[in-house]
Amino acid sequence: MTNRFRTASGGRIDRAAPLSFRFDGQTFSGFKGDTLASALIANGVHLVGRSFKYHRPRGLLSAGSDEPNALVNVARDAARAAPNLRATQVEVYEGLKAESQNRWPSLAFDAGAVNDLASPFLPSGFYYKTFMWPAGAWKRFYEPKIRAMAGLGVAPTLPDPDRYTQNHVHCDVLVVGAGPAGLAAALAAAESGARVILCDEQAELGGSLLSETTATIEGQPAADWLAATLATLAGKDNVTLLPRTTAFGYYPHNLVALAERVTEHLAVPGAGLPRERLWQVRAKEVVLAAGALERPLVFPENDRPGVLLADSGRTYANRYGAKVGERAVIFTACDAGYRTALDLKAAGVTIVAVADLRTEVSGELPARALAAGIDVRPSTVLVGTKGRLRVSSAQFAKARNGEVGPTETIACDTVLMSGGFTPSVHLFSQSRGKLVWDGAAGAYLPGTSVERERSAGSCRGVYGLQRVLEDGYAQGEAAARAAATFTSPARGATPAPATPSRTIPASADDLGTAGFIGATPHGRNPALAKAFVDWQNDVTSKDILLATREGFRSIEHVKRYTTTGMATDQGKTSNMNTLGIVSEALDTPVPKIGLTTFRPPFTPTTFGLFAGAARGDVFDPLRKTAIHDWAAEQGAAFEDVGNWKRALYFPRAGAGGRMEDMHAAVARECKAVRASVGMFDASTLGKIEIVGPDAAEFMNRMYTNAWAKLEPGRLRYGVMLREDGFVMDDGVVGRMASDRFHVTTTTGGAPRVLAHMEDYLQTEWPDLDVWLTSTTEQWSVIAVQGPKAREVIAPLIEGIDLSKEGFPHMCVREGTILGVPTRLFSVSFTGELGFEINVPSAYGRAVWEAVHAAGERFGITPYGTETMHVLRAEKGYIIVGQETDGTATPDDANLGWAVGKAKKDFVGKRSLARAAMSAPDRRQLVGLKTTDPAVVLEEGAQIVADPSAPVPVPMLGFVTSSYHSAVLGRSIALAMVKGGRARIGTKLMVPMPTHAIEVEVVEPVFYDPKGDRLNG
Amino acid sequence: MLIITCPWCGARPEVEFRYGGEAHIARPADPSALTDQEWADFLYNRTNPKGLHAERWRHMHGCGRYFNALRDTVSDFFVTTYKAGEPRPDIDGSSGGNP
Repeated sequence: MTNRFRTASGGRIDRAAPLSFRFDGQTFSGFKGDTLASALIANGVHLVGRSFKYHRPRGLLSAGSDEPNALVNVARDAARAAPNLRATQVEVYEGLKAESQNRWPSLAFDAGAVNDLASPFLPSGFYYKTFMWPAGAWKRFYEPKIRAMAGLGVAPTLPDPDRYTQNHVHCDVLVVGAGPAGLAAALAAAESGARVILCDEQAELGGSLLSETTATIEGQPAADWLAATLATLAGKDNVTLLPRTTAFGYYPHNLVALAERVTEHLAVPGAGLPRERLWQVRAKEVVLAAGALERPLVFPENDRPGVLLADSGRTYANRYGAKVGERAVIFTACDAGYRTALDLKAAGVTIVAVADLRTEVSGELPARALAAGIDVRPSTVLVGTKGRLRVSSAQFAKARNGEVGPTETIACDTVLMSGGFTPSVHLFSQSRGKLVWDGAAGAYLPGTSVERERSAGSCRGVYGLQRVLEDGYAQGEAAARAAATFTSPARGATPAPATPSRTIPASADDLGTAGFIGATPHGRNPALAKAFVDWQNDVTSKDILLATREGFRSIEHVKRYTTTGMATDQGKTSNMNTLGIVSEALDTPVPKIGLTTFRPPFTPTTFGLFAGAARGDVFDPLRKTAIHDWAAEQGAAFEDVGNWKRALYFPRAGAGGRMEDMHAAVARECKAVRASVGMFDASTLGKIEIVGPDAAEFMNRMYTNAWAKLEPGRLRYGVMLREDGFVMDDGVVGRMASDRFHVTTTTGGAPRVLAHMEDYLQTEWPDLDVWLTSTTEQWSVIAVQGPKAREVIAPLIEGIDLSKEGFPHMCVREGTILGVPTRLFSVSFTGELGFEINVPSAYGRAVWEAVHAAGERFGITPYGTETMHVLRAEKGYIIVGQETDGTATPDDANLGWAVGKAKKDFVGKRSLARAAMSAPDRRQLVGLKTTDPAVVLEEGAQIVADPSAPVPVPMLGFVTSSYHSAVLGRSIALAMVKGGRARIGTKLMVPMPTHAIEVEVVEPVFYDPKGDRLNG
Repeated sequence: MLIITCPWCGARPEVEFRYGGEAHIARPADPSALTDQEWADFLYNRTNPKGLHAERWRHMHGCGRYFNALRDTVSDFFVTTYKAGEPRPDIDGSSGGNP
């Protein structure tokens, strides 16, 4: 298959490397070096999509990342499908499969096009006005329908099988954009020895030079200069060249995020290569050389396939050897239209006529066009186009002072338009630099800098090849100088104007700075003429005028109401014309209208790039205890507690070989602990070693309890408050020596508690001689609990008197277990006789297995966190974060006894003295017993006195813990209830959606209230 | 992501640090001597300035030290950082980055 619209020669495609690809199921041919867009154009295909709202046929508008229409889905397979890619950036490879989007059943016949006929009923904001009733229909009907109708591509549902990597790099000078300004900047910085990164979103570095056929630089053709410069840069060790790499986000302190597409362009991606690579570049200095984007002209039916930006038409011809058509009409407000006319004529395209909005047409390029015999028509506008799936004619009319004359229809297959160029200030604006309106340039240009960056070339309004090259060189030199004296990311002042240390002679067509902003006059019935401003979101000049008529004044409001500039192209082609239209409608100059905010990403960026390797098992760090694998081998079910995996319960095979469910397993485990003995992995408890001459004083200040008189060898339950008086954490503390405490914290609270302690120690009491060390992962903790606990461990322990008298409840002893050093606690979170064996983690599993073996004759039962929860609730032991929620005082949580009343001060004490902290109607911890013992309340359920009271029903509190207690043969619950202790013995109600549950308020201790069992 | 200069370790990325609120608010030596209003001021009331703000940071994933910084809340640039216990440097207005 030949490319009918291919030029005979020229361009940067490799004509020796033909390849075939598929678009919407049809096979086409192209060449290596083509984009999907250029290859389709070479095949005469312009219809590539349907518009978002009206489903109008759409063609390629541009040749770059600003393309709003040609969004395609490219899929290697079902999992490797990428929607919404711009065909202008998709490189063609052998076997590429691309599909158009937002059409059904086909691109040429799209049922959704009925929206175009209905467009009088779909003005901007129609969804706010139309779908108001009935009220419930929005969620059920309108929204799903609108979502299905509107639309872009469809994301694949399979997991992404590809790999994405992330690089963190530092450099002296990052240059964004490898056009003439960027190349010169990189060259200058590299020559000074700076470490330079040069990135560009395109496959080839060179920017506008890639489309030059006649320009010369330093006496060479531009292409030769480009090749030599790239070779020079590539040969330098201090330069990294990154093609196919988009600088998509500018973040504080010169962090610039680059998205490198590593294998997207390859027919067979190399093994081991990531699909994309995220570069997080921290640059001492940044040079932005992002270039300028051509502006469309806003005239009726400017969205037909075959209507393109003029300079893009030139790029297709010069760079890709692809002719946009056979008979082209040009509509221009600047000299760029003439440059395109001349280059396309040279490529063999018939230029039917050039309509120039300007009255005065002078200068070199128009003169050369006239000399070449091109029909040049000053003071002329296009007032419409015709054609169904491709433009077939354009309507010309004279326009002077807003008066539009009679129309003349001229046949053509292509319309090329140019409203001038808009500097690409996206990244500068993202860096929070201030934009300034430049009347002469007719553009917003970078003004005051915030970050250590500078712009170079046409992105700051410098035009003309030699001026651009020299500006780039000067900025590159200045950036390297500034980087050499870098001390901190702070910017002292906006960089002074830079002059290059050498000239770079160049000759090229000079386009000047002429241009047009807004909508061109057309003299047609405004209700029937659709002149598009934003192609991707289907916004017309009429929509923007409607917004101003309805009272929207701020450009930010106009943007949101009409959605102009809010599509995936972020208004690259539409923002300035929107401003122009609003400016004219409100009779307010453009700089007074302001500008909408540019935000990252510059072009859409994949989730894979951000996720990198953080997927699946490595999405979040996973913490396992030394005993984890044993539990896993026993078939334990696990739960996540923070980053920890904790055994939830240990199911066993029951009668008939069926595995127990959680209810059955927990009931069995609970009974075993109460009747004989159980063992529990408590290693996740936070642990902090507090050491130093002032350790006791420090403990006194950090905890509510009194520590001074706690003898070495004793344990105490400690309560920690925040300075506002509310419970922050709790845990058992062992005094190992006069100057040494072994502190435990809640599993989730360990880092918070250590930070809290460090804060006070470092900043409030630096005079205290105390050292804090996290020992959470150093100790494995094996809790052995139950009446037989002492008998289980006794044969294993050496060097500790385990007798009832020698080692009573709440003591700590040091000795050995199986020869391993241990800190043995006599402590219980179950209400039974209990020990917690602390051993170095390396021995955790061995000691655990030895204890398990020693306990076999008592039927020792490993239990999980659920059983631990039930057992402690039976005893009314709170869990910080479950019974307390950051608004509970120690007294609220029944812990008033743990507050050292005689202490002069501790963190939180002053707050407890406030009257409100001891008000009798505070929520207090109580127990609840359902009247029906089989009913288990829902945790979090509200508690009321009378569910039938008038709304709003006064809420008295809520259920904090609720379980079935197998030992007690009934349900139990803990709750925080207003004035709860005074309500003990009374009945309250727990309302549920279908009925209310009657409960009795009771003391929060359900089992062994005297605590006799603790001593065995 | 900001670059923060720990006075002990040097310049490091923001992810290594935790913010610690306004600096130079000392805990009263004898809280029991304060009225409820004075205690509430200490606990809750902060200056929240537009411009230079003296604030605490902790090099959580580094040396673990708390230190103080002067940051321009408009530009988000740090003017200086200094060790805990040192007085606030005598710097007026903002000079770190243009607001």
